Amino acid sequence: MSDSNFIIELSNISKSFGDKTVLDDVSLYVKKGEFVTILGPSGCGKTTLLRILAGFGSADEGEIKIGGVDITEVPPHERPINTVFQRYALFPHLNVYDNIAFGLKLKKVKDDEIEARVRRALKMVGMTDYEWRDVNSLSGGQQQRVAIARAIINRPQVLLLDEPLAALDLKMRKDMQMELKEMHKTLGITFVYVTHDQEEALTLSDTIVVMSEGKVQQIGTPIDIYNEPVNSFVADFIGESNILNGTMIQDKLVRFMGRDFECVDAGFGENAPVDVVIRPEDVYIMSYTDSGMFEGVVQSCIFKGVHYEMLVNTPDGYEVMIQDYNAFEVGQKVSMIIKPSDIHVMKKERTTNTFEGKMVDATHVEIMGAEFVCAEQQGFEGGEQVMVEVDFDKIDLMDNKEDGTMMGDVRFILYKGDHYHLTIRTEGGDNLYVDTHDVWDDRDIVGIKIQPEDIRIKRA
Amino acid sequence: MKWLSNIFMKRSNWSIPYFIFLLIFVVLPLVLIFLYAFQDADGNFTLKNFSKFISNPEAANTFVYSIGVAIVTTVLCILLGYPAAYILSNSELCRSKVTVVLFILPMWINILVRTLATVALFDFMRLPLGEGALIFGMVYNFLPFMIYPIYNTMQKMDHSYIEAAQDLGASPMKVFTKVVAPLSMPGVMSGVMMVFMPTISTFAIAELLTMNNIKLFGTTIQENINNGMWNYGAALSLIMLVIIFATNLFSDDEDQAANEGII
Repeated sequence: MSDSNFIIELSNISKSFGDKTVLDDVSLYVKKGEFVTILGPSGCGKTTLLRILAGFGSADEGEIKIGGVDITEVPPHERPINTVFQRYALFPHLNVYDNIAFGLKLKKVKDDEIEARVRRALKMVGMTDYEWRDVNSLSGGQQQRVAIARAIINRPQVLLLDEPLAALDLKMRKDMQMELKEMHKTLGITFVYVTHDQEEALTLSDTIVVMSEGKVQQIGTPIDIYNEPVNSFVADFIGESNILNGTMIQDKLVRFMGRDFECVDAGFGENAPVDVVIRPEDVYIMSYTDSGMFEGVVQSCIFKGVHYEMLVNTPDGYEVMIQDYNAFEVGQKVSMIIKPSDIHVMKKERTTNTFEGKMVDATHVEIMGAEFVCAEQQGFEGGEQVMVEVDFDKIDLMDNKEDGTMMGDVRFILYKGDHYHLTIRTEGGDNLYVDTHDVWDDRDIVGIKIQPEDIRIKRA
Repeated sequence: MKWLSNIFMKRSNWSIPYFIFLLIFVVLPLVLIFLYAFQDADGNFTLKNFSKFISNPEAANTFVYSIGVAIVTTVLCILLGYPAAYILSNSELCRSKVTVVLFILPMWINILVRTLATVALFDFMRLPLGEGALIFGMVYNFLPFMIYPIYNTMQKMDHSYIEAAQDLGASPMKVFTKVVAPLSMPGVMSGVMMVFMPTISTFAIAELLTMNNIKLFGTTIQENINNGMWNYGAALSLIMLVIIFATNLFSDDEDQAANEGII
C-alpha cells in the first residue's frame, strides 16, 4: 500500500453514458504539490474524469480518495477541491469582490478576514483595484483571473483546471501559462489541469497523463512522454513525429523504409512487427554524399521561425519530415543520418483486426453487428461462434456510405510515411483499423467493405 | 413602373403598412382617450373627470380594490408558479417538454370559455361564487403566464453556475438561495408584468365568477362607457394606463433582461 504519499488516488474508475464507455478502468495517483496535466483529444474522457474528481458526475465503478480519505460518495460542496471552469462560470449577479468572497462567505469567515483574503487573491492574479467591477464588463483574460482567484482563496487541497486557457488568444495564453506555473509554486497546492494542447501540457506539467478513448495511454514527465512514447498514439499526439512500420530483425537492429538501422532497443524478439518513431529534429540532413545512411529528394521546405520543416521523399516511396536550421532547396538530392539512440521502437498494439463473430451459413459471417459475405467455409455450423481476422490493408473504405456493408466514422489518422493508418469507429462502437493510401479527414463517414477472400475465419 | 419597384426594393419601406396600422389602431385611440379625458360632454376643456374620480369614493375604492386583487393574484401566481417552473426546468428534457405543454395547454382555450367552465365547476361543487372564486379564477387563468417566463430563464441558465456554487462549498439549499433564485429574478419580473397588468383591467372574470357582485376597475370603465359617459370612462382608462406604465418603468429599472423571459 502506497498510502499517505498520494493526495489524489483514483482507482479503477469506469464510466459509461448509455452504451458508450467514456472511462475504461482509469487509475491515477497524484503526489502532493504536483502539477498534473490530463492530456488528450476531445472526447477522450479527460473532462469526465475531472468532473468525477470534482463530484459533478459519479463513476459507475472505482474509488476516489483525497488525502487518504474516501470521497467517492461525498457531494461536491463537501470536497476539499476547487475548480476553475472552462467558461469561467463567474456569477453574473455578483461583482468581482462578491464572486471571489463567495466561498468564504459560505464558510462564515469574518468580514475583515474575507476582505484581507480577497485583496490578497486579487493581488496574486494581478487584478488589484478591480473589486467593485461588474464581472460582465471584464475581458476574457480578466474573467479567467477572477475565476482563479475565486478558486484559490478557499485554500483547497487540490485545484482542478478544466481547459482554463482555451478561450484566450495565443499571447494571453502564453502569459497565463507562466503565471499559473508561478502560482503553483507559490501556493503549493496540487494542480490537476485538463487540456488538449500538448504544448501547454509540456510547458506546465510535472507529470502528464495522456488519455485516449477513455483509457490512460501513458503517464510520465514531459521529457519521458516526448522522448519515449509508449505507442504510436502518444507519439503522434505529442509533438511532430515520423511514425513508420518496421520489423525488429534482432536485438538492436530494426528494419524500416526498406533498410536496416541500428538502434538501442532490445527484447522484442526476432522479426517482431513494431512501430518506429523518429522525431523530425532527430534526422540529420545534408547535401548528397556517399556517407549518408539513406537518400531522398526534398519535396517541400517551409520556414517555421526557428527552423525549416522539410518533407523528403525516399526512393522507396516513404515521406520523412525533417526539421533543420539549414534550408535545402526543393528538388535537391540529400542524404540523411539517424543516430541509433534517436530511433524509438514500440511494440505494435495489433498487427491485424480480430473480431468475435458468428457464422450465419457457409458463406456468411456476422461480425460487428453486420453480415459479411465470406469465402465458403468447411466444417462450421450456422450460429457457431468464431474468431475473424482481417488485415489492415484488406478493408475498403467508400465515400458513398450506402455502398459499404456497414458504416463507420474516421476517429484517428496516423500517417506512416507511405500510407495512412486509420481507426474507424463502426456504428456498433467497434474499432476497425485500416491501412490506406487515400486521404480521409477526421470524422468522415465511410462505407466499409471487405472482399470475401480476405476474411479469415478461425475456431473460437 | 420603376418608382414602384424602387419602393419595394428598399427594406425599410416594407414597414410602412405596419406603421399605418399602428397609427390607426394604437396611436389614434390613445390620443382620443387623452382628448376625451380632458373634455366634458360638450367638448370643452375640463379637469372635472379627474376630480370626480378622486371625490367619488366608489370609483376610487374599486380602483384600490382592483390593485389589491391584482397584487394577491400575482403573489399567488409566484408562489405556485415558481416551484412549478423550478421543477419543470430540472427534470429530464423530453419529460419536461410534455409537462410544460400540459401547463400551457389551458391557454389554448378561450379565457371566457374557461371562466364559464370554472363557474360551472363551482356550481357543481356547491362552492359559493364571490371573492374566493374571483381569486381562484384569476390565478387559474394567469398562472401559465407566470410559469413560462420563469421556466424559460431557468432553462437558459448556464448549469455551470450551479456547479461553480457547489464547487465553492454551497449546499443544495445555498445553491438555490445564492445563485438560482437571484439569477431567475428576470423571469419572475417578466411573469409579474404579464400577470399584474392584465389582472388590473380584466372585467369578464370578475363579472362571471362573482355574479357581478364584486366590481373591478375594468368593470367600472366598461359600465361608464356602456352608459354613454365617454369622457369619464376615458379619464378612468387614462388613470389605469398611467399606473400600468409606472409598473413597467419600475420593472425595467429592476432588470433590463426582464424581457428576455418573454418569448
